[in-house]
Amino acid sequence: MRIVVCIKRTPDSETRIRLAETGTSIDPNGVKFIISPYDEFAVEAALQLKEARGSGEVILLSLGGPETSETLRQGLAMGADRAILLRGDPGMDGLAAAKALAGEIRGLEPSLVLFGMKGADMDQQQVGPMTATLLDLPCVTAVSAFDAGEGALTCHREVEGGVELLEVGFPAVLTITKGKYEPRYASLKGIMAAKKKPLEEREAQGVEARLLVRKLSYPPERPAGRIVGKGPDAAAELVRLLREEAKVL
Amino acid sequence: MADVLAIVEQREGKLRGISNEVVSAAARIAAGMGGACHALLLGPSGMAGEAAGLGRYGAEKIRAAEAEALSVYHPEGYSRVVAEVAREGGYAVVVFPASAQGKDLAPRVAALLDVPLASDVTGLEVEGGSLVAFRPVFSGKAFATVAFSASPALVSLRPNAFQPRESPAAGIVESFVPSGLDPASWKVRVREFRASGGGSRDVAEASVVVTGGRGMKGPENWGLLEALRDALGDDAALGASRAVVDAGWRPHGEQVGQTGKTVAPKLYFALGISGAIQHLAGMRTSQTIVAVNKDPDAPIFQVADYGIVGDLFEVLPRLAEEVRKLRAGD
Ligand SMILES: Cc1cc2nc3c(=O)[nH]c(=O)nc-3n(C[C@H](O)[C@H](O)[C@H](O)COP(=O)(O)OP(=O)(O)OC[C@H]3O[C@@H](n4cnc5c(N)ncnc54)[C@H](O)[C@@H]3O)c2cc1C
Ligand SMILES: Nc1ncnc2c1ncn2[C@@H]1O[C@H](COP(=O)(O)O)[C@@H](O)[C@H]1O
Repeated sequence: MRIVVCIKRTPDSETRIRLAETGTSIDPNGVKFIISPYDEFAVEAALQLKEARGSGEVILLSLGGPETSETLRQGLAMGADRAILLRGDPGMDGLAAAKALAGEIRGLEPSLVLFGMKGADMDQQQVGPMTATLLDLPCVTAVSAFDAGEGALTCHREVEGGVELLEVGFPAVLTITKGKYEPRYASLKGIMAAKKKPLEEREAQGVEARLLVRKLSYPPERPAGRIVGKGPDAAAELVRLLREEAKVL
Repeated sequence: MADVLAIVEQREGKLRGISNEVVSAAARIAAGMGGACHALLLGPSGMAGEAAGLGRYGAEKIRAAEAEALSVYHPEGYSRVVAEVAREGGYAVVVFPASAQGKDLAPRVAALLDVPLASDVTGLEVEGGSLVAFRPVFSGKAFATVAFSASPALVSLRPNAFQPRESPAAGIVESFVPSGLDPASWKVRVREFRASGGGSRDVAEASVVVTGGRGMKGPENWGLLEALRDALGDDAALGASRAVVDAGWRPHGEQVGQTGKTVAPKLYFALGISGAIQHLAGMRTSQTIVAVNKDPDAPIFQVADYGIVGDLFEVLPRLAEEVRKLRAGD
């Protein structure tokens, strides 16, 4: 079974974000970049499926700048078989990204395509279902676990008040959320092996952003908060403030 | 033409509260663009009447797509109907709720219409006749101002970020049966629903969120949080930190933070939560934040509007009691 996992290079969540002088992007200096956390769940899910089946191929696919090859190597070190880097910058336009990814996926003819539920940079939560729609493939979003049977997949999806079980045939697209798949650490052996695994690199065709970032700004400062008091006796005053000052009760 | 289409939501035949937020925002945008606001509801036949009240929030026309196959959300059926209505109506803007359903639906409609989507926006303005959206990026560490160079412009609105606002309009209801719906051809099949111990209100959509962290000590103490939630009313939901979810005390559906849900309620309670950056990523855009922690130096106090330093096991019962007292007096 051939599984494609789309991964994105994003800043580590611990990183402080500074805006670049252009005002439309972040300053990458001093920022640690990682595989977007949800995408790591997706890589882990793909590796577990391949291991359970005893055969198959896991291909990592990313659209990004040349530095993204480093991110793909990290995924190869986890155990993926090969990687493809499409060089291009869709900015914030998820549909532009989806078009480039879909074009590549079509040629790979995979049985399963995995995405992270959302990218840790733009937080758009859209590229997975967009790609699936462009490819006319069935898509289940926010999957916390799935079981692959012979002809079909059963997906667990957490919804209000419970878990939904959905069934879908192959080929299919899933977006993976936190759940069953705790990402493995790359072993030293894995890191060494990754250096020799195939990584194809080429320009993405026709990536045109139509959702335009005019400006990035820092979030509005929150007015300094205050400690209402110590211990249970402060509860009455807190409730009064919530009603009379904050007007939220 | 600069009309705006608001996609509204029902569950089990009842219009969901978030619909009022979406229509109010859409009506304001339509006014800024010199167009009309229409609402679109998908549901089973006989559903249309439920939506009549949307006129109060500014919908000139309410279109109800009625079919048994649309009773519950299905991505394939819903995305096709919405795309068709958006295309035929020639709308300039289509507004979705960024609810659980909206997050699944909007990207598919965007792909069908071949136009980009700005997800989970917290602000909308009309500048020089065009739509400009504001949205948090990098887990709320920055905000982006975005413009669209395609029509219609698609946006989904973060729950609770837009207040419902009354601005009465005609609210003429038109129901129709969408053609060409063929559920037998849909590729995703819902097999089963397993109810869990979790609450029934989605933490991402509730207007009040009561979140417990590791300071709660164990799942057996969640009764204290439930008592506070119940005191706060129907629109309150429970949340959890990752530490709590990883320990198996609560389901992942309740997790707030970078690898959980992003919430922006009117009122957020962080109870026994230290305030790690990944937790803040999911709640820092809340309107009012309250923290209770026994450690006066806990980082959560730096983002909280109001804090109590103290032991949860003493503070929580009193807090629930005070809220109950206050609301009983209303
Ligand atoms: C990639 C990544 C993603 C992550 N995603 C998330 C996420 O989505 N959501 C998330 O929450 N975390 C996330 N984390 C984890 C995060 O870094 C913290 O570890 C986590 O938020 C801590 O949870 P906590 O505040 O409940 O526990 P702790 O940090 O252990 O804090 C417990 C707090 O309770 C207080 N306390 C203890 N007893 C009492 C008492 N009796 N009365 C009052 N106060 C008391 C303590 O003073 C302390 O401040 C992520 C981490 C990484 C690396
Ligand atoms: N440039 C990209 N390259 C590869 N995968 C991507 C890219 N952008 C988004 N994705 C995938 O789409 C998911 C959702 O991204 P987003 O819609 O930006 O939140 C991510 O978790 C990735 O799996």
